[in-house]
Amino acid sequence: MSSFKVFDIAGSGLSAQSVRLNTVASNLANADSVTGDPATVYKARHPVFQAVHAAMRAGHNGQSAAAVRVGGIVESNAQPTVRHDPGNPLADAQGNVYAPNVNVIEEMTDMISASRAYQNDVEVMSTAKDLMLATLKLGE
Amino acid sequence: MPLNLDAYLGVHQDALKLYARRTAVLANNLANADTPNFKAQDLDFKSLLNARSSGTLAAPTLVATHAQHLGATADAPAAGGALKYRVPLAPSLDGNTVDPQLEQAAFAENTVRYQAALTFLTEKFKGLMTAITGQ
Repeated sequence: MSSFKVFDIAGSGLSAQSVRLNTVASNLANADSVTGDPATVYKARHPVFQAVHAAMRAGHNGQSAAAVRVGGIVESNAQPTVRHDPGNPLADAQGNVYAPNVNVIEEMTDMISASRAYQNDVEVMSTAKDLMLATLKLGE
Repeated sequence: MPLNLDAYLGVHQDALKLYARRTAVLANNLANADTPNFKAQDLDFKSLLNARSSGTLAAPTLVATHAQHLGATADAPAAGGALKYRVPLAPSLDGNTVDPQLEQAAFAENTVRYQAALTFLTEKFKGLMTAITGQ
Protein backbone atom coordinates (compact mmCIF):
# COMPACT_ATOMS: atom_id res chain seq x y z
CA MET A 1 0.00 0.00 0.00
CA SER A 2 1.32 3.33 -1.05
CA SER A 3 0.75 5.17 2.22
CA PHE A 4 3.37 3.03 3.95
CA LYS A 5 6.01 4.43 1.62
CA VAL A 6 5.90 7.69 3.53
CA PHE A 7 7.33 5.81 6.50
CA ASP A 8 10.13 4.36 4.36
CA ILE A 9 10.97 7.78 2.96
CA ALA A 10 10.89 9.60 6.27
CA GLY A 11 12.76 6.69 7.87
CA SER A 12 15.54 6.94 5.31
CA GLY A 13 15.73 10.64 6.09
CA LEU A 14 16.00 9.90 9.80
CA SER A 15 18.80 7.42 9.31
CA ALA A 16 20.71 9.73 6.94
CA GLN A 17 20.44 12.66 9.34
CA SER A 18 21.54 10.53 12.26
CA VAL A 19 24.65 9.51 10.33
CA ARG A 20 25.29 13.22 9.85
CA LEU A 21 24.83 13.83 13.58
CA ASN A 22 27.23 10.96 14.26
CA THR A 23 29.94 12.46 12.06
CA VAL A 24 29.45 15.85 13.73
CA ALA A 25 29.84 14.20 17.13
CA SER A 26 32.97 12.39 15.92
CA ASN A 27 34.46 15.60 14.50
CA LEU A 28 33.74 17.61 17.63
CA ALA A 29 35.03 14.89 19.93
CA ASN A 30 38.30 14.75 17.99
CA ALA A 31 38.69 18.50 17.51
CA ASP A 32 41.66 18.52 19.90
CA SER A 33 43.22 15.15 19.11
CA VAL A 34 46.71 16.39 18.25
CA THR A 35 49.48 14.21 16.84
CA GLY A 36 53.12 14.75 16.01
CA ASP A 37 52.73 13.52 12.43
CA PRO A 38 50.64 15.46 9.86
CA ALA A 39 49.88 12.24 7.95
CA THR A 40 48.06 10.51 10.79
CA VAL A 41 46.12 13.45 12.20
CA TYR A 42 42.34 13.10 12.36
CA LYS A 43 40.52 14.62 9.37
CA ALA A 44 37.01 16.05 9.55
CA ARG A 45 34.41 13.70 8.09
CA HIS A 46 31.23 14.62 6.29
CA PRO A 47 28.52 12.40 4.80
CA VAL A 48 27.37 12.91 1.21
CA PHE A 49 23.66 12.40 0.68
CA GLN A 50 22.16 10.87 -2.45
CA ALA A 51 18.57 10.66 -3.59
CA VAL A 52 17.50 7.11 -4.41
CA HIS A 53 15.93 7.50 -7.83
CA ALA A 54 15.91 3.83 -8.73
CA ALA A 55 12.91 3.17 -6.55
CA MET A 56 11.08 6.04 -8.20
CA ARG A 57 9.65 3.80 -10.87
CA ALA A 58 8.90 0.91 -8.58
CA GLY A 59 5.24 0.00 -8.50
CA HIS A 60 3.48 -0.03 -11.81
CA ASN A 61 0.70 2.34 -10.86
CA GLY A 62 3.03 5.24 -10.46
CA GLN A 63 3.49 5.47 -6.74
CA SER A 64 6.55 7.57 -6.36
CA ALA A 65 8.75 6.39 -3.55
CA ALA A 66 12.18 7.83 -3.49
CA ALA A 67 14.32 8.15 -0.45
CA VAL A 68 17.66 9.45 0.66
CA ARG A 69 20.76 7.50 1.53
CA VAL A 70 24.28 8.23 2.60
CA GLY A 71 26.37 7.80 -0.53
CA GLY A 72 29.61 7.90 1.38
CA ILE A 73 31.59 9.68 4.02
CA VAL A 74 34.38 11.91 2.75
CA GLU A 75 37.31 13.27 4.69
CA SER A 76 38.15 16.94 4.46
CA ASN A 77 41.32 17.78 2.51
CA ALA A 78 42.00 20.97 4.41
CA GLN A 79 45.46 21.27 5.94
CA PRO A 80 45.81 20.40 9.64
CA THR A 81 46.57 23.24 11.98
CA VAL A 82 50.22 23.40 13.02
CA ARG A 83 50.85 24.52 16.56
CA HIS A 84 54.21 25.07 18.20
CA ASP A 85 54.04 23.24 21.50
CA PRO A 86 57.44 21.82 22.50
CA GLY A 87 56.11 20.79 25.93
CA ASN A 88 53.70 18.30 24.39
CA PRO A 89 55.03 14.72 24.57
CA LEU A 90 53.59 14.12 21.08
CA ALA A 91 55.52 17.01 19.50
CA ASP A 92 57.83 16.25 16.57
CA ALA A 93 61.54 17.20 16.30
CA GLN A 94 60.69 20.85 15.56
CA GLY A 95 58.41 21.00 18.61
CA ASN A 96 55.23 21.16 16.50
CA VAL A 97 51.97 19.30 17.01
CA TYR A 98 49.27 18.95 14.35
CA ALA A 99 45.63 19.57 15.25
CA PRO A 100 42.74 18.21 13.12
CA ASN A 101 41.22 20.39 10.39
CA VAL A 102 37.89 20.42 12.22
CA ASN A 103 36.08 23.75 11.99
CA VAL A 104 34.06 23.80 15.20
CA ILE A 105 31.70 26.57 14.05
CA GLU A 106 30.98 24.73 10.82
CA GLU A 107 30.28 21.56 12.81
CA MET A 108 27.89 23.34 15.15
CA THR A 109 25.86 24.81 12.26
CA ASP A 110 25.89 21.41 10.60
CA MET A 111 24.55 19.89 13.81
CA ILE A 112 21.69 22.39 14.01
CA SER A 113 20.83 21.80 10.37
CA ALA A 114 20.84 18.01 10.85
CA SER A 115 18.74 18.31 13.98
CA ARG A 116 16.12 20.45 12.19
CA ALA A 117 15.99 18.06 9.26
CA TYR A 118 15.57 15.14 11.68
CA GLN A 119 12.69 16.92 13.41
CA ASN A 120 11.08 17.57 10.01
CA ASP A 121 11.18 13.86 9.21
CA VAL A 122 9.77 12.90 12.60
CA GLU A 123 6.92 15.38 12.03
CA VAL A 124 6.22 13.91 8.59
CA MET A 125 6.11 10.42 10.09
CA SER A 126 3.79 11.33 12.92
CA THR A 127 1.44 13.21 10.55
CA ALA A 128 1.38 10.26 8.17
CA LYS A 129 0.59 7.97 11.09
CA ASP A 130 -2.31 10.19 12.20
CA LEU A 131 -3.69 10.24 8.66
CA MET A 132 -3.50 6.48 8.33
CA LEU A 133 -5.22 5.95 11.66
CA ALA A 134 -7.95 8.34 10.56
CA THR A 135 -8.31 6.40 7.32
CA LEU A 136 -8.70 3.17 9.25
CA LYS A 137 -11.65 4.72 11.05
CA LEU A 138 -13.30 5.72 7.75
CA GLY A 139 -17.04 5.24 7.79
CA GLU A 140 -17.40 4.90 11.54
CA MET B 1 -31.87 0.47 -9.84
CA PRO B 2 -28.56 -0.53 -8.30
CA LEU B 3 -26.58 2.08 -6.48
CA ASN B 4 -23.39 3.15 -8.21
CA LEU B 5 -21.08 3.47 -5.25
CA ASP B 6 -18.32 5.11 -7.28
CA ALA B 7 -20.66 7.83 -8.49
CA TYR B 8 -22.11 8.23 -5.01
CA LEU B 9 -18.70 8.81 -3.40
CA GLY B 10 -17.88 11.30 -6.13
CA VAL B 11 -14.50 12.91 -6.55
CA HIS B 12 -13.45 12.37 -2.96
CA GLN B 13 -12.14 8.83 -3.32
CA ASP B 14 -9.89 9.85 -6.22
CA ALA B 15 -8.80 12.93 -4.34
CA LEU B 16 -7.94 10.83 -1.29
CA LYS B 17 -5.64 8.58 -3.33
CA LEU B 18 -3.91 11.58 -4.85
CA TYR B 19 -3.45 13.28 -1.47
CA ALA B 20 -1.86 10.07 -0.16
CA ARG B 21 0.49 10.06 -3.14
CA ARG B 22 1.29 13.72 -2.67
CA THR B 23 2.16 13.01 0.97
CA ALA B 24 4.86 10.63 -0.25
CA VAL B 25 6.20 13.13 -2.79
CA LEU B 26 6.41 15.92 -0.21
CA ALA B 27 7.94 13.57 2.38
CA ASN B 28 10.55 12.73 -0.22
CA ASN B 29 11.35 16.41 -0.76
CA LEU B 30 11.79 16.90 2.97
CA ALA B 31 13.94 13.78 3.34
CA ASN B 32 16.21 15.09 0.57
CA ALA B 33 16.40 18.63 1.91
CA ASP B 34 20.21 18.29 2.24
CA THR B 35 20.96 16.14 -0.79
CA PRO B 36 23.21 17.87 -3.34
CA ASN B 37 21.64 18.28 -6.80
CA PHE B 38 18.24 17.03 -5.65
CA LYS B 39 15.37 18.81 -7.38
CA ALA B 40 12.13 19.25 -5.46
CA GLN B 41 9.05 17.78 -7.10
CA ASP B 42 5.31 18.07 -6.72
CA LEU B 43 2.23 16.56 -8.28
CA ASP B 44 0.28 18.43 -10.93
CA PHE B 45 -2.81 17.84 -8.87
CA LYS B 46 -5.43 19.42 -11.09
CA SER B 47 -4.56 17.57 -14.26
CA LEU B 48 -4.17 14.29 -12.37
CA LEU B 49 -7.55 14.61 -10.71
CA ASN B 50 -9.21 15.59 -13.96
CA ALA B 51 -7.64 12.62 -15.68
CA ARG B 52 -8.64 10.26 -12.90
CA SER B 53 -12.23 11.39 -12.67
CA SER B 54 -12.73 11.40 -16.41
CA GLY B 55 -11.00 8.03 -16.70
CA THR B 56 -8.45 9.23 -19.23
CA LEU B 57 -5.47 8.15 -17.16
CA ALA B 58 -5.12 4.98 -19.15
CA ALA B 59 -1.80 3.68 -20.36
CA PRO B 60 -1.16 4.48 -24.02
CA THR B 61 -1.61 1.66 -26.44
CA LEU B 62 0.10 1.14 -29.74
CA VAL B 63 -2.07 1.00 -32.80
CA ALA B 64 -1.81 -2.44 -34.36
CA THR B 65 -2.28 -2.39 -38.10
CA HIS B 66 -1.30 -6.00 -38.59
CA ALA B 67 -2.52 -9.13 -36.92
CA GLN B 68 1.00 -10.07 -35.86
CA HIS B 69 1.90 -6.75 -34.30
CA LEU B 70 2.86 -7.06 -30.69
CA GLY B 71 0.92 -5.20 -28.06
CA ALA B 72 2.76 -2.87 -25.75
CA THR B 73 2.13 -2.23 -22.12
CA ALA B 74 3.26 1.10 -20.83
CA ASP B 75 2.86 2.71 -17.49
CA ALA B 76 4.62 5.95 -18.31
CA PRO B 77 1.93 8.61 -17.90
CA ALA B 78 0.57 7.11 -14.74
CA ALA B 79 4.03 6.74 -13.25
CA GLY B 80 6.01 9.92 -13.52
CA GLY B 81 3.91 11.95 -15.92
CA ALA B 82 2.30 14.30 -13.48
CA LEU B 83 5.37 14.69 -11.30
CA LYS B 84 6.79 18.10 -12.04
CA TYR B 85 9.81 19.95 -10.76
CA ARG B 86 9.34 22.97 -8.60
CA VAL B 87 10.59 26.33 -9.83
CA PRO B 88 13.07 27.28 -7.11
CA LEU B 89 12.86 30.67 -5.45
CA ALA B 90 16.47 30.61 -4.34
CA PRO B 91 18.46 27.57 -5.52
CA SER B 92 21.43 26.79 -3.33
CA LEU B 93 25.00 26.38 -4.50
CA ASP B 94 24.92 22.59 -4.28
CA GLY B 95 22.09 22.38 -6.84
CA ASN B 96 19.42 21.49 -4.30
CA THR B 97 16.07 23.20 -4.91
CA VAL B 98 14.21 22.07 -1.77
CA ASP B 99 12.80 24.94 0.27
CA PRO B 100 11.97 23.26 3.62
CA GLN B 101 9.53 25.97 4.69
CA LEU B 102 7.64 25.75 1.43
CA GLU B 103 7.57 21.97 1.63
CA GLN B 104 6.35 22.03 5.21
CA ALA B 105 3.58 24.43 4.26
CA ALA B 106 2.58 22.22 1.34
CA PHE B 107 2.70 19.16 3.59
CA ALA B 108 0.45 20.79 6.20
CA GLU B 109 -1.97 21.91 3.50
CA ASN B 110 -2.01 18.44 2.00
CA THR B 111 -2.71 16.93 5.42
CA VAL B 112 -5.70 19.19 5.97
CA ARG B 113 -7.04 18.40 2.51
CA TYR B 114 -6.60 14.68 3.14
CA GLN B 115 -8.56 14.98 6.37
CA ALA B 116 -11.23 17.01 4.59
CA ALA B 117 -11.60 14.30 1.95
CA LEU B 118 -11.82 11.72 4.74
CA THR B 119 -14.55 13.74 6.43
CA PHE B 120 -16.52 14.02 3.20
CA LEU B 121 -16.27 10.27 2.67
CA THR B 122 -17.31 9.56 6.27
CA GLU B 123 -20.39 11.75 5.85
CA LYS B 124 -21.24 9.97 2.61
CA PHE B 125 -21.05 6.61 4.36
CA LYS B 126 -23.14 7.93 7.22
CA GLY B 127 -25.78 9.05 4.74
CA LEU B 128 -25.72 5.60 3.20
CA MET B 129 -26.11 3.94 6.60
CA THR B 130 -29.07 6.18 7.38
CA ALA B 131 -30.70 5.15 4.13
CA ILE B 132 -30.04 1.46 4.82
CA THR B 133 -31.18 1.34 8.43
CA GLY B 134 -33.93 3.92 7.99
CA GLN B 135 -33.29 5.42 11.39
